[in-house]
Amino acid sequence: MATLTYREAIRAALSEEIERDPNVVILGEEVAQFNGAYKVTEGMLEKYGPKRIVDTPISEAGFIGMGIGASMLGIRPVMELMFWSFYSVAFDQIVNNAANVRYMSGGQIACPIVIRGPANGGTNVGATHSHTPENVLAHHPGLKVVVPSNAADAKALMKTAIRDNDPVMFLENTLLYGVPGEVPEGDITLPFGRAAIAREGKDLTIVSYGRCVVHSLAAAEKMKAEKGLDIEVIDLRTIRPLDVATVLKSVAKTHRVLIVEEQRPFCSVGTMLAATIQEEAFDELDAPILRVGTIDAPAIYAPPVEKQFQLPNPERVVAGILKVMR
Amino acid sequence: MSKKPSASADTGAAPAVTPSRPSPHAQAPANAALSAEQKIELYRKMVRIRRFEERCLPVYNAGKIGGFLHLYIGQEAVAVGACSLMGKDDHVITAYRDHGHAIAVGMDTKPLMAELYGKVTGCSKGKGGSMHYFAPDLNYWGGHGIVGGQVPLGTGLAYAVKYQGKKGAAMAFMGDGAVNQGAVHEAYNLAALWDLPVLFVIENNRYSMGTSQERSSAGELAKRAEAYEMKWYVCGGHDIYEVRATLDEALRRAREENKPAVVEIDTYRYRGHSVADPDKTYRDRKEIEDYRNTKDPLQVFQNQLVLENVLTDALITEIDTAARAEADRAVEFAEASPFPTAEDIQKDVYWETDQPQRTSEGRIFFNSVE
Repeated sequence: MATLTYREAIRAALSEEIERDPNVVILGEEVAQFNGAYKVTEGMLEKYGPKRIVDTPISEAGFIGMGIGASMLGIRPVMELMFWSFYSVAFDQIVNNAANVRYMSGGQIACPIVIRGPANGGTNVGATHSHTPENVLAHHPGLKVVVPSNAADAKALMKTAIRDNDPVMFLENTLLYGVPGEVPEGDITLPFGRAAIAREGKDLTIVSYGRCVVHSLAAAEKMKAEKGLDIEVIDLRTIRPLDVATVLKSVAKTHRVLIVEEQRPFCSVGTMLAATIQEEAFDELDAPILRVGTIDAPAIYAPPVEKQFQLPNPERVVAGILKVMR
Repeated sequence: MSKKPSASADTGAAPAVTPSRPSPHAQAPANAALSAEQKIELYRKMVRIRRFEERCLPVYNAGKIGGFLHLYIGQEAVAVGACSLMGKDDHVITAYRDHGHAIAVGMDTKPLMAELYGKVTGCSKGKGGSMHYFAPDLNYWGGHGIVGGQVPLGTGLAYAVKYQGKKGAAMAFMGDGAVNQGAVHEAYNLAALWDLPVLFVIENNRYSMGTSQERSSAGELAKRAEAYEMKWYVCGGHDIYEVRATLDEALRRAREENKPAVVEIDTYRYRGHSVADPDKTYRDRKEIEDYRNTKDPLQVFQNQLVLENVLTDALITEIDTAARAEADRAVEFAEASPFPTAEDIQKDVYWETDQPQRTSEGRIFFNSVE
């Protein structure tokens, strides 16, 4: 085991895959000379040179589309979006070309591209830079969607993403980049669609992913200390494919569900989870499924208001737990 | 001399190239090198495209083809001329008016017709339709439905060719309507910035759907290349020799010097934007008739090859008869083929789920009732 930050873990995965496969190339705004807007690719230009680490102009539709086209010929581009919020200017390329080209060609073409970058609020950058589009992306068959919550998962899932022959949307988090974690050494990968039980419990199941797992674990510890509740926390790791079986197994044990996500509730990932759970485990439920998510408005700038009220946080998760347990 | 053939593609007065007025591009290196057999094959491909598409019309009107049908009739010399220049590391991608390029790269017309019918024997197993033909084995990367959206992909094909150290180029076709899309300009910039071997080929048929070039685009289309310090060419699309001469030079530059270029080819479509377009509001019938009568690409090349003593009346008739029979056989094949099944709907979505063994776990498809 080594202690790496989430950022370093992703960099380690990128570096190992670049060394393993000559077709892996990293492209994005400021990834090379600038060392990465969030320093994920720091030092990589110096180590791997300008053929493998490529600065792009601010031109998301152009370079994402170019990466998709290159991937059809066997290149494995890992494209950085400085913020996933900028997906909207490349949306046609992602949903019409990356997601559909295999289908429309009757399975003749593969598109082994990874698009990665941070997707989160909580940094007071306003509505244009705080999008969390995992629900939007997962809505499109053909795409895979990964949202790691910790350093070890980030490394293992990134290696899986780069080796995957389908387009993988990899959503990171600027507020996790500096968080350290124990990361196993060596060439470790994780299959997509395998959730982690981040905390075992018997009284209530929290289904979560990404940074909301951190909030959920904090709330669970508080509930243990204050109320003696044993709360199970499931970290989905990937949104599509989705580990439905692990969720249903936990529901059959706890009979109560709270979904915690950095998503506005309307048409969120949690909406999908709630529908699936009630369709497939209605009789197991002792209480309505509730959700803690983002307050339904564009991301507010006002720093304390965004953090304390609009986004999920441990206090709001605690309130959600108490409501389900009531 | 009287060489007006009985099976002429389109009859009329004053063709641009007549038996007494040969193509000024016949002696360009790309054309001078052609054997008589190769010239006949170019002509045959143009005729096959036209007869295939003409055969689509009654089938469409009978309700056997769904959705849209964007016919290429009138533009055949562009796709055939361009694709005839492709080497093994050259690639082509286009928009939704894609039947001509498909036949030009060598796709069999049976699966093309079956695709229009939505049959499982179609080139995309009935999953793509008219706008989404693909043949990666022939370096043909579609067939794309969103105006301009394929242009960054074509740039990516060129990026891959260069990255892998191959001496090839990509031709990214688009219509004149695509030049105002942002994605096209982003692709221009990347190609010029990084010296990518890509040709941006504008098939200018004068109308983006029902809006004329004058009403949609400021300035000259190809000249926009200058803003990116790219070379640009404008050539006629009625004379396949001119298409080949121009693209041959541009392709050589791309392959040998990694230099992109914009090539605008003046052409014309005889049918509406799609078959659903009644074609009555935005252009004059006379304009269509004038083009057909003077610049029809099949007639122009036929005249040229008659002048060269490559084509005879008998051969012209034979090629035409064979192309009509081929189109009929394609229809028979499509008619006799089955539709995909309900189970086929969720195949070919993910690479991994098409493999005998899945690599990931969990659920990947979500259906409303299971």
